[in-house]
Order: sequence, then C-alpha cells, then structure tokens
Amino acid sequence: MTTILSIRDLRKSYADGFEALKGVSLDIEQGEILALLGPNGAGKTTLISTVCGITTPTSGTVTVGGHDIQTEFRAARRMIGLVPQEIALEPFEKVWNTVRFSRGLFGYSSDNARIEEILRKLSLWDKRKNAIKELSGGMKRRVLIAKALAHEPRVLFLDEPTAGVDVELRKDMWEIVAELKQAGVTIILTTHYIEEAEAIADRVGVIDKGELRLVQDKDTLMAQMGKKQIEVMLTDPIQAIPESLTAHNLTLNGNGDALVYTYDTHADRTGITTLLNDVAQAGLVLRDVQTRQSSLEEIFVNLVSGESP
Amino acid sequence: MNWSAVAAIYRFEMARFFRTLAQSFLSPVLSTSLYFVVFGTAIGSRIQEVEGVSYGAFIVPGLIMLSVVMLAISNASFGIYFPKFLGTIYELLSAPINFIEIVIGYVGAAATKSLFVGLVILVTATFFVDIRIEHPFAMAAFLILSCLSFSLLGFIIGIWASNFEQMSLVPQLVVTPLIFLGGTFYSISMLPPVWQTITLFNPVVYLISGFRWSFYGLADVPIGFSLLAILAFTGICLALIGWIFKTGWRIRS
Repeated sequence: MTTILSIRDLRKSYADGFEALKGVSLDIEQGEILALLGPNGAGKTTLISTVCGITTPTSGTVTVGGHDIQTEFRAARRMIGLVPQEIALEPFEKVWNTVRFSRGLFGYSSDNARIEEILRKLSLWDKRKNAIKELSGGMKRRVLIAKALAHEPRVLFLDEPTAGVDVELRKDMWEIVAELKQAGVTIILTTHYIEEAEAIADRVGVIDKGELRLVQDKDTLMAQMGKKQIEVMLTDPIQAIPESLTAHNLTLNGNGDALVYTYDTHADRTGITTLLNDVAQAGLVLRDVQTRQSSLEEIFVNLVSGESP
Repeated sequence: MNWSAVAAIYRFEMARFFRTLAQSFLSPVLSTSLYFVVFGTAIGSRIQEVEGVSYGAFIVPGLIMLSVVMLAISNASFGIYFPKFLGTIYELLSAPINFIEIVIGYVGAAATKSLFVGLVILVTATFFVDIRIEHPFAMAAFLILSCLSFSLLGFIIGIWASNFEQMSLVPQLVVTPLIFLGGTFYSISMLPPVWQTITLFNPVVYLISGFRWSFYGLADVPIGFSLLAILAFTGICLALIGWIFKTGWRIRS
C-alpha cells in the first residue's frame, strides 16, 4: 500500500492558549476510507481544516502525495477535495456555475463533459440550471460534494457528510462514497454514526481533546463493539439475582427493578430467548424490555478512559 | 500564477453584476440624472460659470468620482465579505491559489464594475450638459487608477469587517464626507482662505482636482500632486494588502 497522506506531530494552538491539536501523527493509505470519530470539540474539524489549508498549523508537517502542504501548497491542494460540515453555498448562483467555479479555482479549464458526469453521478443534472436557494438541504449537500469533486481530487475529506440528512440520502451518500473508493479516491470522513463507520470505513480513528487516541482496522473494532445490552425491567424490585439466572451473567441495577444482560450481536445464539424463559420461570414479572447499543464514539471514549463499554 | 482561478473569481463576481444588470445600470443613470436636475438645472442655473465652465458641466467629474469611489468600495468589500459571511471562503482558502490571485480576481472585478458605472454616468451626463475632455489619456488613467485603488480599499474593508454594519462604516463616515468636502460640487477657490488650507489635507481633493483637470484643464492643485496622491494611495492600499497576505489577518486562523 502507498501512503497518500502523512501527518507528523501536527499541532495547532490558538492565541488564547487553547490547543486544538496536540501532536497528531497519522498515515493514510491510498484508496482507503478512514472514519474519524470524536466528541464535539475533539479536534476533528481542526485536523481537516489544517490539512486542507484553511487553518495554519503551529508546528508539524503534512504531506499529500509527497507534497508538503505549506511549501508545495499548490500541488498538495490540487490533490485534495473538501466537503465542509456546514452547507456553505452562494444562494443565488446556479448549480452548474458553482461547480464550474470550483473547477476553475483549482486551475482546471471548464470541461463541460466532466461537469456533466459529476452532476449526473450526484443526481443533480436536472437541477443544473436551478439557483442554489431553490434546492432542498439534501440537494445542497450533493452540490457541496459536486464542488469538491470538480477538480478530480485523489483525497476527499467529508466533514460530517450525513449529519442531519434523512435515511435515504444517507444511503445515497454511502453509495457515492463506495463509488469514489472504486475509482481509487482516498476518503477521510468524520461521523457520529456507528452504522456509517460500519458500512463504509476500512479503518476507524478516534480523536479526543486534540489527540489521536487510536486508529484501528474496522473489523477488529467491530469485534469489540458487537456487544449490545438488553434491560429486563421488573414489576416488583428484587434484592438479589435468583440462583436460576446466574448462568446468564446478569447485573442488577441500583433500584433492583431491572436486570441487565450483555450479549454479542454477531453470535449465532444471543441467548435472549433462554434468558426470558428463565426469567419467567424464576417467577419474575416483566414490566418492559429494552435494548441499548453504545455509540461508537461512546465506546471509544470509554475505551480510552479505561472504562468498559 | 493560477490564472484559471483568477478568471474563475473574476467571472463569478461579474456574473453577480450581470444578474442585477438593470439595477447596476439604471441606478447610476437615475442618481446622476437627479443630481443634474437638482444641482445642474434647479440650483446650477443660479450659479455663475466656474472659470468659464457651466456649473452643470463643472460637477460632472466630481459626480463620476463620487459614484466610482463608492461603488468600487462597496463592490470589492461585498465581494470578499460575502464568502466570509456565507462560509464559502473555505473554498478559496483550500484551493491552490495564493492571496495575490484572490486580490486580482476580486479587485479586478470590482474595478471593472465601477469603471463601467463611471462610463455610464459620463454618457448620461452628455444628455444634460456639454462636456469636453481635454486630456483623454489622463482622464482614462485617473478613472482606472481610482477604480483600482478604491477597490483595493474596499477589499481591505471587506477583510476587516466582521459584520454588515462595519462594512458601511468607512464608506459612510469617512469616504462620503471626504468626497462631499473634496470639491465635488465646488472649486476650493470658492472657500474662505482658512478652509482652503484645511481642505488641502483631504486626499480626495487631489483626486477630483486631477480628474477635473483632465476634462477642462481646471485644477485646484497642480496636476503632478494629484497624480502623486492617487499613486501614493494605491501604494498604501497595496502595502496593507501585502501585510494582510503575509499575516493572514482576519482570514486564516
């Protein structure tokens, strides 16, 4: 594998002393999809902004395709496409013109066939003559992607691409990302959605308080996070877990009115049916049953702080 | 140089101008016509000729400068402030372009727009008064330099401003008074001696005087001073923009 993006000891401090990035180092291989997770304010967007040239780093180096982002900024930036988190578009401009503008900005002549191809791929062809303000939120997000793809980047940054979009559009986005990967584009995305990382990422990185806590292969990660909890709520509280239920490794909550069972969603048999039968046979009356799965972000925050998920 | 990016910015900005062509074209025609009705006909008919030039014709260079300066500032400041306001500046900052190319694109478009409006006003004025241009090359040079230098100033204001109120602060509180007190509607020889001296500290006096000289050969200050003043002003604006470029002030965190 060839490293296409190399980040070394990247730091960013602001005038007020706040350290948004505390020495991040990361290598991204050509053609892979990396999902970057972290709570709000963790430094995800600062990391992306610094690599893309929007924010100037305090120290450290970043190379894209071997080009330093500061000394060879033109060559480096030509390789990068950015889809920002916020929908930032000129409302009165037409879809076609705004994509053509982006292409020109990156030093390419207006290639009608290429722009048409991008717009068709993103289902924007019918909207090409529409002003941006006439489009729905989902369509605007597609326009942002079209703009980012206008100069045929080798590395694409997607900052929260599916935040606030409906399920259908999210699935469409995943398909677009899959197609881009097929075309050899390296993708780095930030997300809060466990399904998103699971569906499209090859590797997952966790950033917290400006530090990259870990980067792991998705499959390894999924094995750790395929755990789910079922909470069996009881009508009458109990003092202790009945002996007949000890085989299930249950825990009793503080009030004594709920039993918590942890199981592996990827296992052939989850043991839920047996558990519920045994609970009934133990003479306990069920008030409610609910399942809970920790978010990927939560799991990682717990992992890095040494708590169990 | 990434000329493709410069062209893209220029074209994008000009497209905004052409989208509102009626407004861009009719507004200066209407306001100029109003100035001529009020100052040229109603009031001007009661004012004597100024050094052999009818009052209506005398105010034409000042009126052109008034509109050109204000439009250059507003176009350039709006051009760069709007992407900051909308957030679309991310694209400029992440593109393979440097600040000089950004300035050429935005300032070039703003200067073109104000030059166009200046010419529209000049043509409109010919319908109301007899105009002669004694030094056409000097007239073109003053007009183009004014469009460029005040577009540079507008660009600086657009970078500096963090809200719409600040955008209009400099044009309204500084530039408009300087233009009105800079001899747009009068020759400074009409003022009492003390005010004549004070007025010489107003840089716009040199601009309007030089521009008027290119029309009628009349000048409040020597033409060389006017040329130096506009060149110095352009130089100051370029130096400020150079500093902004170097530090990334108000653009890049």
